[in-house]
Amino acid sequence: MIGWFGSPASETQITHGQRLWLYITSVITMILLVLPTFIVIPMSFSDSQYLEFPPQTWSTRWYQSYFNSPEWMRATSTSLKAATLTMLVATPIGVLAAYGLHASKLPYLRIAFVLLITPMMVPVVLIAIGAFYAYVKLQILYTMTGLVLAHTLLAIPLVVIVTGSALKTYDMNQENAARSLGAPRWKAFLTITLPQIKFAVIVSGLLAFLTSFDEVVIAMFISGGDNPTLTRNMFNALRDQIDPTIASISTLMIVLTTALMAIAVLAGRAGRTKDSG
Amino acid sequence: MSDVKQDALPITVRGVTKTYGKVFALDDVSLDVRSGEFLTLLGPSGSGKTTLLMVLAGFTRPDRGSLKFGETEMIRKPPHLRDLGMVFQNYALFPHMTVAGNVGYPLKLRGVSKTEMASRVERALETVQLGGYGDRGIEQLSGGQKQRVALARSIVFEPRILLMDEPLSALDKKLRDRMQIELRHLHEKLGMTTVYVTHDQREALTMSDRIAVVNHGRIMQLATPQELYEQPANKFVADFIGDSTFLEVTRQGDTYVAAGVPLRTNRKIPDTRDLLLMLRPERVSLLEGDPGEANVFDATVSELVYQGESFLLYARLQDGTELSVRGAMRAGTFQTLPSLGDPVKLTLDPADTVLIEGGEG
Repeated sequence: MIGWFGSPASETQITHGQRLWLYITSVITMILLVLPTFIVIPMSFSDSQYLEFPPQTWSTRWYQSYFNSPEWMRATSTSLKAATLTMLVATPIGVLAAYGLHASKLPYLRIAFVLLITPMMVPVVLIAIGAFYAYVKLQILYTMTGLVLAHTLLAIPLVVIVTGSALKTYDMNQENAARSLGAPRWKAFLTITLPQIKFAVIVSGLLAFLTSFDEVVIAMFISGGDNPTLTRNMFNALRDQIDPTIASISTLMIVLTTALMAIAVLAGRAGRTKDSG
Repeated sequence: MSDVKQDALPITVRGVTKTYGKVFALDDVSLDVRSGEFLTLLGPSGSGKTTLLMVLAGFTRPDRGSLKFGETEMIRKPPHLRDLGMVFQNYALFPHMTVAGNVGYPLKLRGVSKTEMASRVERALETVQLGGYGDRGIEQLSGGQKQRVALARSIVFEPRILLMDEPLSALDKKLRDRMQIELRHLHEKLGMTTVYVTHDQREALTMSDRIAVVNHGRIMQLATPQELYEQPANKFVADFIGDSTFLEVTRQGDTYVAAGVPLRTNRKIPDTRDLLLMLRPERVSLLEGDPGEANVFDATVSELVYQGESFLLYARLQDGTELSVRGAMRAGTFQTLPSLGDPVKLTLDPADTVLIEGGEG
C-alpha cells in the first residue's frame, strides 16, 4: 500500500497519496448521486403495504400488481409510444439542424443555434404552461400529438448538441469530394457524412427517447384524459396513496434508463475508437 | 480507363468576380486553359488561387462572370454535374470505406455494373501504382499511398478535367519531388485538362505547361515556366518566383542606369517609366579576369554562407543595396572566395540583364 501511495498517478509525478482527497471526494459524490436512485430497488421487493426501508419481508407482489393493472399498463404504453415518437421526430430534425448549422456559412447563424437550444435553458414549467394554453387553442390538449411535439421541443437541443459536436471533428471536405465525384448533396450526406456520425446520431436518438420517457412536468400539464404518461400517473399515485407499486415501477424505469444510457455510452465509445482507429 | 488520350476540354473563364464583404477574392479574372494542358495557379495564401479553383469545381458561386468547359456554360451547374475529377489538399478519402470502395464510389454513382467496376477500379489503382491495394482500409495507408488513392478516385471515371488543390503539400520533401514527376507523367499519359493549385513555386515550375501567377484576386502573369522565370511581367512575379534583388533604374537619354552603372542588355525593355533591374543570385558572378560586355558593379562582401552544393555571397553596393551571388561549389572553391569586407566586382551578363516593370502590377 505504501508503494502505491508513493507511486506517481500521472505524468506530472503527483502521487496517488497526494491524490487521495480527490479519490475520496469522487467516491462520496458518486454515492450521493446514485444512492437515492437505488434506494427504491430494495423497497420495491418489500412485502409491506407501505413504502418502507429497509424492508422487513420480501416479495415480488408489487411487480405483479403493476403488471396486472390495466391502468399502469396503459400509462406505460403511452410513455413508450410518446418516447419512441419523440425519438423519431426529434432525431431527424435535430440532426438536420446540426448539419445545417455546421455546413452553412450564413451570418447570424449563432442566433439560430441559440434559439434551438433555448428549450434547454428555459424552466420546463414555463414551457409546460405555454404549451398548455397553446394546446387548448389548437385543441391538441391531452393528445399524443401534443405530447410528442412538446417532448420533441425538449429533445431537439440534445440532438443538436451531440450531433453538432460529432460534426466538429468531421472533415466536410469529404462531402465536397463526394459531390465532385458526382453525388448530389443529399446523397453525399447519406453515403459519406451520415455513416461517419452514425454513433452520435444513435446516442442523440437514445437521449431523445429518455428525455420524453423521464419527463414529468410537461406531462403533468398536457397529458391526461385517455393518455396520461407513466410519470404523470406515478406522481398522482404518490400524492394519493403511498403504494410500493411506485417503487417497482421506478426500479423498472431505472433498469430501462440505465440500459439505454449504457448503450449510448458504448455506442459513443465505439464511434470514438472507430474515428481514431 | 484507357491509355489512349481522350478528348480533353478547354476551360474558358471570363470576368469572374467574387467578393467577401469588401474584399475581392477574385477581381474580374479571365483565363483560358487549353485542352489537355497542365496549368498551375500559383500564388501566396489568400491570393485567390483556391477560390478560383473552387469556382471551377462549383463549390463557390462567383458574383458574376462566365465559365465554360468546351462550349458548355457551367457557372450555374452544381458540382456533381460538372463531371470533373478533383484531388483535395488533405485527400478527403472516405475512412469508412476500403480503398476499392473509395475508388469505386464515382463509378457506383454512375451506375457502372459490379464486374466492370471491379476491373476499372483495379486499373485505376494500377495507374497510380497501387495494384492489389483494393481491400486495404484507408487508415492502413501511408500519406503517399493516400494521395495515390485520392488520385485514382478522381480519374477512375475518366473526367475530361482534373482539378488539384495543393495535393502534395502534406507529403515530405523527397516523396513530394517524386510525386511531382509522377503526376507529370500521369498527365502526359491521360491527357486531361489539369488545373493545379500550389503556393510552391518550384512545384509549379517542375510540373506545369503554363503557370498563372495569382495575387490579390488577379492574374499577374500567365506564361510558360521559362518565360515566367526569365521575363517576369512585374515585381510581384519576379519576387515570388525565384530569389531576386531589385535595383531602381533611371533613364539618362538612351541609356538605362542602375546603381550608377549604365546597363548593357539584349533583353526587351518594358515600355514604362517605372523600371527595375532584376538580379537573380545565380546569374550574378564574381569578376574573374576580363568582364567583356558584362555590366560590372562594385561592392563590398557583407556575408558569406556555406550551403553545401553552393555558396551564397552577400555584397553591398555603394548605395547600400545588398545583392546576393550564388555559385556552384567544388572542393576548395570556398577557400578561394573573398573574405568579409573585401571589395569585389560583380558581373551581370547582358543576356541576364532583365528590366521589369516596377510596382506590384
